[in-house]
Amino acid sequence: MCQGPDLRVDYDVAAALRHEGLKPHDYDEICRRLQRAPNRVELGMFGVMWSEHCCYRNSRPLLSSFPTSGHRILVGPGENAGVVDLGDGQSLAFKIESHNHPSALEPFQGAATGVGGILRDIFTMGARPIALLNALRFGPLEDERNVGLMEGVVEGIAHYGNCVGVPTVGGEVAFDSSYSGNPLVNAMALGLMETDEIVCSGAHGVGYPVVYVGSTTGRDGMGGASFASAELTKASLDDRPAVQVGDPFLEKGLIEACLEAFKSGDVVAAQDMGAAGLTCSCSEMAAKGGLGIELDLDRVPAREVGMTPYEFLLSESQERMLFVVKPGQEQSLMERFIRWGLQAAIVGCVLEEKVVRVLHKGEVVAEVPANALADDTPIDRHELVSDPPLEIQAKWDWQEDLLPVVGLKGINLNSHSHFGSNLSWDEILLKLLDDPTIASKRWVFRQYDHQVQANTVSAPGVSDAAVVRLRPQQGKGSVDEVNRGVAAVVDCPNRWVFLDPERGAMAAVAEAARNLSCVGAEPLAVTDNLNFPSPETPTGYWQLALACRGLSKACKTLSTPVTGGNVSLYNETRLADGEIQPIHPTPVVGMVGLVHDLANVCGQAWLEPGDLIWLLGVPIDTTVAVDPRVSLAGSSYLECIHGVVTGRPPEIDLKLECLVQSFLRNSITNGFVRSAHDLSDGGLAVAVAECCIAANFGAHLELPSSDARLDRLLFAEGGSRILVSVSSTQAVAWQKVLNQANTASPGSVFAQYLGVVTADEELLITQAGNRLVQLPLNQLRECFEQAIPRRMGLDLSSSV
Amino acid sequence: MSIGVVVFPGSNCDRDVRWAAQGCLDIPTRFLWHESRDLNGLDAVVLPGGFSYGDYLRCGAIARFAPVLESLVEFVARGGRVLGICNGFQVLTELGLLPGALTRNRSLHFICEDALLTVESNRTPWLKGHQRKDALTLPIAHGEGRYQCSDQTLCQLQDDDAIALRYVNNPNGSVADIAGITNKTGNVLGLMPHPERACDPVIGGVDGRGLLQSLLG
Repeated sequence: MCQGPDLRVDYDVAAALRHEGLKPHDYDEICRRLQRAPNRVELGMFGVMWSEHCCYRNSRPLLSSFPTSGHRILVGPGENAGVVDLGDGQSLAFKIESHNHPSALEPFQGAATGVGGILRDIFTMGARPIALLNALRFGPLEDERNVGLMEGVVEGIAHYGNCVGVPTVGGEVAFDSSYSGNPLVNAMALGLMETDEIVCSGAHGVGYPVVYVGSTTGRDGMGGASFASAELTKASLDDRPAVQVGDPFLEKGLIEACLEAFKSGDVVAAQDMGAAGLTCSCSEMAAKGGLGIELDLDRVPAREVGMTPYEFLLSESQERMLFVVKPGQEQSLMERFIRWGLQAAIVGCVLEEKVVRVLHKGEVVAEVPANALADDTPIDRHELVSDPPLEIQAKWDWQEDLLPVVGLKGINLNSHSHFGSNLSWDEILLKLLDDPTIASKRWVFRQYDHQVQANTVSAPGVSDAAVVRLRPQQGKGSVDEVNRGVAAVVDCPNRWVFLDPERGAMAAVAEAARNLSCVGAEPLAVTDNLNFPSPETPTGYWQLALACRGLSKACKTLSTPVTGGNVSLYNETRLADGEIQPIHPTPVVGMVGLVHDLANVCGQAWLEPGDLIWLLGVPIDTTVAVDPRVSLAGSSYLECIHGVVTGRPPEIDLKLECLVQSFLRNSITNGFVRSAHDLSDGGLAVAVAECCIAANFGAHLELPSSDARLDRLLFAEGGSRILVSVSSTQAVAWQKVLNQANTASPGSVFAQYLGVVTADEELLITQAGNRLVQLPLNQLRECFEQAIPRRMGLDLSSSV
Repeated sequence: MSIGVVVFPGSNCDRDVRWAAQGCLDIPTRFLWHESRDLNGLDAVVLPGGFSYGDYLRCGAIARFAPVLESLVEFVARGGRVLGICNGFQVLTELGLLPGALTRNRSLHFICEDALLTVESNRTPWLKGHQRKDALTLPIAHGEGRYQCSDQTLCQLQDDDAIALRYVNNPNGSVADIAGITNKTGNVLGLMPHPERACDPVIGGVDGRGLLQSLLG
């Protein structure tokens, strides 16, 4: 314990530290910084500010390796959201954030407030929110608890997003047993800047009034940040007061009032109250501005009587913001908020002295140097093991030749397989389309209003990335005025990250950029959400460190800097037998891109029978000498059909990725490519089926003669592959373009002709005259569309 | 000549209606704050979609006490045209300008997708550009769009030729597949689908244009 004269406290230090999630050495450090012992209120403030959620105490050294600058980056990590320059006087604020732990306990409110929080990060910067996306993970739907969690989460997201009037335009949902009991809910928001100046959070102007706006402060969400930084146990259910309750109606008013207020130029700094509420917003504003803030709790609009200073400071009541305002303008500013039915009050002022001073009933109840809370926060260093964990090394030993022998008709499975002994390629494809991770997510996205604001060019399920038109929100406008848009996507191949965190994370970035390129958008920047188990185990830290290394490498090579994000650790559940079940490490990559001409946006669906189908990326093998960039290791096929998650995911060739993507974007711009869809879970067969289902046209693919395994040709993953369709009338010109591309970068043949779009309502895949797959479209669609509703106990077909 | 778009706290399609009317169809448009009572110079008023006053209690139940709606009732009595879209339809039923009520969808879920509709009556100015049984595709986006009324009211609606639009594949469990109705005199139309989301070719179809164009008579 620390030395000094003033260490007497009126509380049980050990118990208080446990309650705040702090460690004994943190307490020593707090005493050192204050030159005295903290009182109980101050200790609570340190508890939330020094949690992983607020200060990245485990992950900060790893995050520092991310590339964060570039010619389009206006604001990088550290502010409420990143901002990129879109040209033409427009800029885009965007960020992703998790609400995993609250959603595990109270899925509806947990997810709803996740949406509310990420929206506030966007409009705090002065941007009007124009789109929402989300990345969700659940345990298998065969367990009704997971059905309940998914229903609640989707409904919570829908409730908040729909009501607040921001379209939910895209996302991803995946399932794995590691997420049972610890679902992941990551929400991403995009905002278009309408004000000339970005509103930052650093306070300035000594003596300037500090104004509180929005909702009242209640006892909800007490200590949510420290709760979010601990593992989930059965006892966590008792922490339900740590889950906040959201009010999207208030948030809608807050958006309008804030954007009006920012336009007036009277707000010199703004910070939303998210994690750690008043404590965080005051200390961050003060620390970033190099000044202090005095806060009088008696003036804070309270939801209930008798709240203690501790409760005021740690409340995570939603829909609240703190401003520093130009003196003399506070009344007119507050009137804007009152007009929208919101609270507004002067609660303090900016101090020259660099402290956060909190008053309650005329007494100073906390006084802490601002930077002691917000700057130089402690770092928990962990040792990175030099070799992959043994259980992972064992998985890397898996090779494709361990699989049973395949024939033209299908595969002969081991007798212990739950599918019986033989499966045809048709049956395997249908099983993959019935896998909820692969299947249509229509059950989810039809609950989201994806059209409000009248700018959604690509609705969910139509293209590989969402596309939203960049229409100025101010002014009258006309239809011909704008032809630019932004594209956005979230991606994470969690099974690959689990098997190889570095390759998996690289693949997440590569796939996100590929999805943007598929709609014709130029990838610009990344926001990442690192969802990981505890970093305190050697494997946990190895996963986190290697995933960060992979993200960093891929973001550098693909020129998509990281502008911020969120870290959510301790995503694990303590099972009834005491065993810890960690989640698959899940670094979700949110990426935004610029669409220069909306007229060229590509969807997944074929446009016309007779169009030619080409495969970009690593071509289909024709010999047994397999390309290491494509593999069945870690594939959906291996998991869904053979019941194993094993193998080392394929090598990620970032150079090839860049080449393929820029070639694709040019081909879209030049009008050659009419549809584009990347190969992901389930490989070629699933991708071609999805293009057919979307188009309601069939396809006939003729695979090249090959000595490689047929399951590898049909279902292998990796290789930066994209299926595109090209009009038959442009066949000659397209061939010329390909030749030119190959001359420009010799040796990298990356386009292979595979077949044609047909008017037959059938998918046919042949090789050397043998029919491998032959399935009617309605059977493909039935599997694909009903996989999730069937497991939710519903039938969607009755209400199409 | 212009139309007014009412803005309640919680309206969220107000800007979209303005975009469709003014940006796509060149109809002059002005916003009407819920506390204003001035409807002078307006040819028509639109109650847009959204969640007026948070839709607490019951959709549209609080909105009906808004000052702007007192003026609206007089406006309707004088023959002014009023179009209620989605939440606006809910407000019109709460206000008593249209019969029946809108309740939770049969599936209990919010539904956002394109809906195929048929024109059931072209008696009113709204749909005079269409023939009976014309097909229209308009987006729907609602959680409480299941139209319900008594058998007697349904008969009355039929007698008055006041059923304007029906769903082809009823998505929400509405009585008699009703998607939109008018009042007896035909100057008030309420519908759950969003015509303002179907006026702009960049984002989808344009089947909503006729409805909005008829606002100016």
